[in-house]
Formats: sequence, C-alpha cells, structure tokens
Amino acid sequence: MSDQNVNVLERKPVILIIVTLLVILIGSVVTALLPFFMEGMEVKISTVRPYTALELEGRDIYMREGCNNCHTQTVRPLRDEVLRYGEFSKSGEFAYDHPFLWGSKRTGPDLARIGGKYPDSWHVQHMIDPRSIVKESNMPAYAFMATTPLDPSTIQSKMGALRTVGVPYTDEDISAAPGLLTGKTEMDAMVAYLQVLGTMINKAAVETVVDSALVVPDSTTVADSLNSISVSGVK
Amino acid sequence: MEERYDSWPVKAYTYSMIIWGLASLLYGVVISLQMVYPGLNFGEYFSYGRMRPIHTNGGAFGFGLSGIFALSYYMVPRLAKAPLFLPQLAKINFWLYNLTIAAAVITLHLGFNTTKEYAELEWPIDILVVLFWVFFAVNMLGTIFMKTVDKMYVSLWYVIATILGVAVLYIFNNLAVPASLFKSYSLYAGVNDANVQWWYGHNAVAFVFTTPILAIFFYFFPKVTNLPLYSHRLSIVAFWSLVFMYLWTGAHHLIWTPVPDWLQTVAIAFSLMLIAPSWGSVINGYMTMGNNWEQMKTNYLAKFFILGITFYGLQTLQGPSQAIRSISSLIHYTDWVPGHVHMGTMGWFAMTIMASFYYVIPKIYKTDLYSIKLANTHFWLVFTGQIIYSISMWIAGIMQGAMWKATNPDGSLKYTFQDSITASYVYWDIRAIGGVIFLAGAIIFAYNIFKTIQKGSNASSTPSLKTEGAV
Repeated sequence: MSDQNVNVLERKPVILIIVTLLVILIGSVVTALLPFFMEGMEVKISTVRPYTALELEGRDIYMREGCNNCHTQTVRPLRDEVLRYGEFSKSGEFAYDHPFLWGSKRTGPDLARIGGKYPDSWHVQHMIDPRSIVKESNMPAYAFMATTPLDPSTIQSKMGALRTVGVPYTDEDISAAPGLLTGKTEMDAMVAYLQVLGTMINKAAVETVVDSALVVPDSTTVADSLNSISVSGVK
Repeated sequence: MEERYDSWPVKAYTYSMIIWGLASLLYGVVISLQMVYPGLNFGEYFSYGRMRPIHTNGGAFGFGLSGIFALSYYMVPRLAKAPLFLPQLAKINFWLYNLTIAAAVITLHLGFNTTKEYAELEWPIDILVVLFWVFFAVNMLGTIFMKTVDKMYVSLWYVIATILGVAVLYIFNNLAVPASLFKSYSLYAGVNDANVQWWYGHNAVAFVFTTPILAIFFYFFPKVTNLPLYSHRLSIVAFWSLVFMYLWTGAHHLIWTPVPDWLQTVAIAFSLMLIAPSWGSVINGYMTMGNNWEQMKTNYLAKFFILGITFYGLQTLQGPSQAIRSISSLIHYTDWVPGHVHMGTMGWFAMTIMASFYYVIPKIYKTDLYSIKLANTHFWLVFTGQIIYSISMWIAGIMQGAMWKATNPDGSLKYTFQDSITASYVYWDIRAIGGVIFLAGAIIFAYNIFKTIQKGSNASSTPSLKTEGAV
C-alpha cells in the first residue's frame, strides 16, 4: 500500500468505512455464508425426523432452563468420547435443530446420545432430585416440572414458525399437536426430548462403527470420514 | 476548549457501567458458588442455567458497552476536534440502552432464552439492541464526518471497525422467525446454525472485547503516560490484519464437531496468524514506554495499562494455541476455557476500561482523583482475583480433560464423569474466592469514582470560574 493510499484512508471517513466493511465481509462470506450452499455441510440422514409436539415442548424447556450452559450435545470422534457417550455425532442428525444445542462447556456429561440409556423413571427421579441418584452431583433440581402442566395453546404457532424455517411439519402434524399435549406435564415433555436425543440414526450402522471402528456409516461428511480414523485408536 | 465537548453521555454511562458491572460480577460470584453448592439454586427463576447468561451478557453488554460508550463519547469528539453530532440522540441512546439491558436481565430470569451464546436475548430485545446501536453509530460517525483534523488517529479506525463489525455480526446471527412475543426459532439449523453462531461468538470477542478496547488503549495510554505512541504505522498495519483475520476464526470453537474439516482447518490457521496483529499492538504498547519504565512505580495508571496489554498479549497467545486440534481435544468443554476467557475479560478488558475512567472522571469533573491509594488497592485486588480465577481454572480444566481421557490397561474408561466433577469442587471453591476478591476491587473502584464525582461536583457548585486546559 503506497503512502498516498494510506492518506486517503486516514483522511476520508467514508472510504475508510467502505474498505473496513469489505475487509470484514471477506472472511464472513467465505466461512459463514458460503457453507450454506455447500454439499457435505449437512448430509441428509433418512431416519432423522422432526421432533414430535411433546419432544419439541421438551426441547423448548431445555432451552428455557439453559441446560446448554452445562451440557453439550455433540460427541467428538475421539476414542474416550465414543467409549463414554456412544457413536460420534453426524452433521445430518441436527437437520431440524433450530437452533443447534451443542453447547460449549461440560459441567455435566454430554447428552447427544442420552436417549434410551436410562428408563423414563430414572430421568423423572433425577430431574426431581439429582442427588438422590448421583450423590455428589451439582445439577439444580427441577422438581417443579413434574407439577407444571404444559400449555397446549402455543404449540401450533411454534410448529408453524419452525415450518417457516424449513422443518417439514404437515398440516395434520400441526392440527393434531395440541391434543398430544393435553394432560401432560413439563416433565413428560422433558423426558420425551431426552429419550429421543441421539436415537434417530441407524442403530445397526452405529454398532458396526463402534465395534470395528473402521466402517464409515452411510451418513458421512468429509470431516466424519477423516474423523473416523481417530476412532480406530489414533487418539 | 474542554467546554465545547458534551460531557453528559460520559457522566451518564459512568453510572450505568458501575451498576451493570457490579451486578454482573455479583451474578458471577453467585453462579460460581451454585456450581459447588446446588442448594443455592433458589427456584426456577434463580437457577444456574438462567443466571449464567445474565452474568455473561451483563459483563459484555452491561459493563462493557457502558464503558465503551462512555469512553467513545469522550474520545471521538476530541479526536475529531468536532462537537458531538447529536447530543439529544445521545440521551435517547442512553435511556434506550439501559432499558434494553434491564429488559435483558428480566427476560433471562423469566427463561426467554434463544441459547445462542452471548446472543441469548429474544427477538423484541434484539430489535432494541439494533436500535441503540444505530443511534450510537449515527452519533459517532456523524461526529467523525464533521472532523476538523486532517488525519484520523488509529483509535477512530478501531471505533469505526467496532460499529461495523458488531452490526454485521449481531444482525446475521440473530435472524429468527418468531412464534410468539418471546419465543423464536433460529433461521438456521444444526451445523450451519453452529457455524454462524461461532462466527458471531468469536467475533463478539473481536469487536466488543478487542477493537474498542484497542481504541481506548491507543487513546488513553499515551495520555496517562504522557508519551507519544511508538509507531502509528505499526498500529495501522495491525489494524488491517486484525480486522481481516478475525472473521475467519469462528470454527475454532467447533473443532472435532460435525462442522466440515476444511472450515475447522481454516479457522485454526487464521487463529495462529492472529498472533501477529495482536502482538503488533502489544509491542506498540511496550515500545511506547521506551526508557520510561520507571512509570510502573511512579504512575499508577501506567501500571493498569501495561498489565492490561500484557494480559491481552497472553490471551492472544493462549487463544490460538487452544485452536490446535490436539490441544482442543484436551481442554475444550473443560474449565480451562472460562479460565482463558476471564484472563481477557478481567485482565485486559476490565482493567483497561477502569483505568481509563480514573483518567476521564477527574478531567470532566475538573478535580483530582479522590484517592490514588485506593486505586492501587483496586489494582492489586483485581490482579490477584483474576490470577486466582484463571490459574485455578486452568488446573481444573487440564485435570478434567485428562480424567475424561484416562483409560485402564484393558482399554476401559478409568473415571466416571461424576469423578471429574467431584475432583473439581475444590478448584471451583478457589475460583469463587478469586471472584470475591475481584468484586471487592471493583467495589473500591466504584467508591473511588463516586467520591471523585462528589468532590468535583462540590467544587464546581462554588461560584469559581475554572478553566480546563486542552485535552
């Protein structure tokens, strides 16, 4: 950059503003905008479906209580993580997650594969009184959920909003939704959500990968196929 | 000379900075104790999951933005040598901003939470944020357009970058479709949502915790030391490379996730390159001291600024190292990360902002600081508190990462997850003590500032005509 150019930037605020904005936008466009148009960013998995009305209510409660502050929802393709939590996370599993709930801190364990790990009654007791199950746990108690009924009046507008952003709810899904929530508590919704987490991928494919640690399942991204190398024991 | 500059916004934001600052620190202490003593989660409205976003948003946007606004309203007209563009708009800006932060606190307690980190506020509040940001931008840019100086000093460059960067990031990360007044769903899903969020999240660090603070540092550091900036050219080179590189680094928060490898690798590479512009600023600060390092003993403000820029330097070495895959696999998701973040926020961010107020408040109230001794006490308390905080969390983080990875000779996991929590309690206790010490330092800061304001107001109420030298 010649001194004359520098002088223009130093003297003319309008030019400085335009150039700064362009410089900010270069990295933004490449790393945040372009990926929307790239295959492999989110590989479709045929078994992944939108959340049911009850699961969606549970997910909204999970967000309301800020569970994401302490629990992640993404299993990294590292040996210990796969041993502890199960199969590492696939991009396509989050196709209907508005927003994503991967989190950034594990003050509690990862929940990406919590579904089906414990019976419903375990979760109910654990939410009511965490320390009755895990003695030295520091999780807050959420006993109020067991006595708080769900409000079925908001579910249709919520599913409608999700349909606007691309979740394929049908008219039948939406009209049937309030009925599915009648008589249910927040605890019912929470447990339904926790029990579906991580269960929508092909179980057989998952088990094969955990066992042989070499087979790349049908739902892979570039990252996944590379990552599976570390599952085989490099890490 | 001084009289042509409107000091109302500076004075007003000083109060909101102190109120939101002390509040967010108090929330920080409470949630740090909740992590050890779960009985301190008093019902759903005061549980950890709802209060942690209030701590982070309160620190960044309550304390931080108040400080940035106050100091920008102080330095931008002076650097442009032009009066504030729209003083009335500055008042609207102030009240709208504080209304927004208050609404943020209340709604987060009520559980209206989008869960996107540092962007948890629901859509009606997002609109208020955009509004007050536009007001701020109009006033700052308007003032800069009316400049009577030939060249713009680098602090103005950083203010401009801050205004543009935050606007672009905040709007695009928060795009959502409302389902009701206080519930919306992100426009983006899954992997793309994660990628956009951390493009935003990491660049909130760039454009709230870095560029405005560099603007402040480059303005006030030469003022308080009475030394000219070492190199204008270096500051300009650092500016362009920083503003260019930061935007590429978001995915380093998503190492080992389903985000494509190329995005992760690009983010890692740019994170490492960011060391250069960051240290460009650090070196510029150190070299400005030249042969005047005795000021570390004689000038309490030099001490604040030099320690601040030193923590910035350490922060910008530690950050890129954390981006590397092998290191990330050990420390990501552990308490190492809060340890890292708080070196930046408590060390660089808070220390630089607070030191600038020690300079500004006596200037605009035409008096001397109430007590330099108390300012020194404040310095040592926040310094000690932050060191205790960061070091305890670095140890805890490495321990947690190592325990999660540890396996028995037969290949099975050695520890349960709860084992890593049980082992962390002592470190979380120590961290809380560090937080209390830091809070004590901040209270002394607030007391010192109030006393100085009182002193200045009493002096000016007596009918003596005081004149102020050019700033």
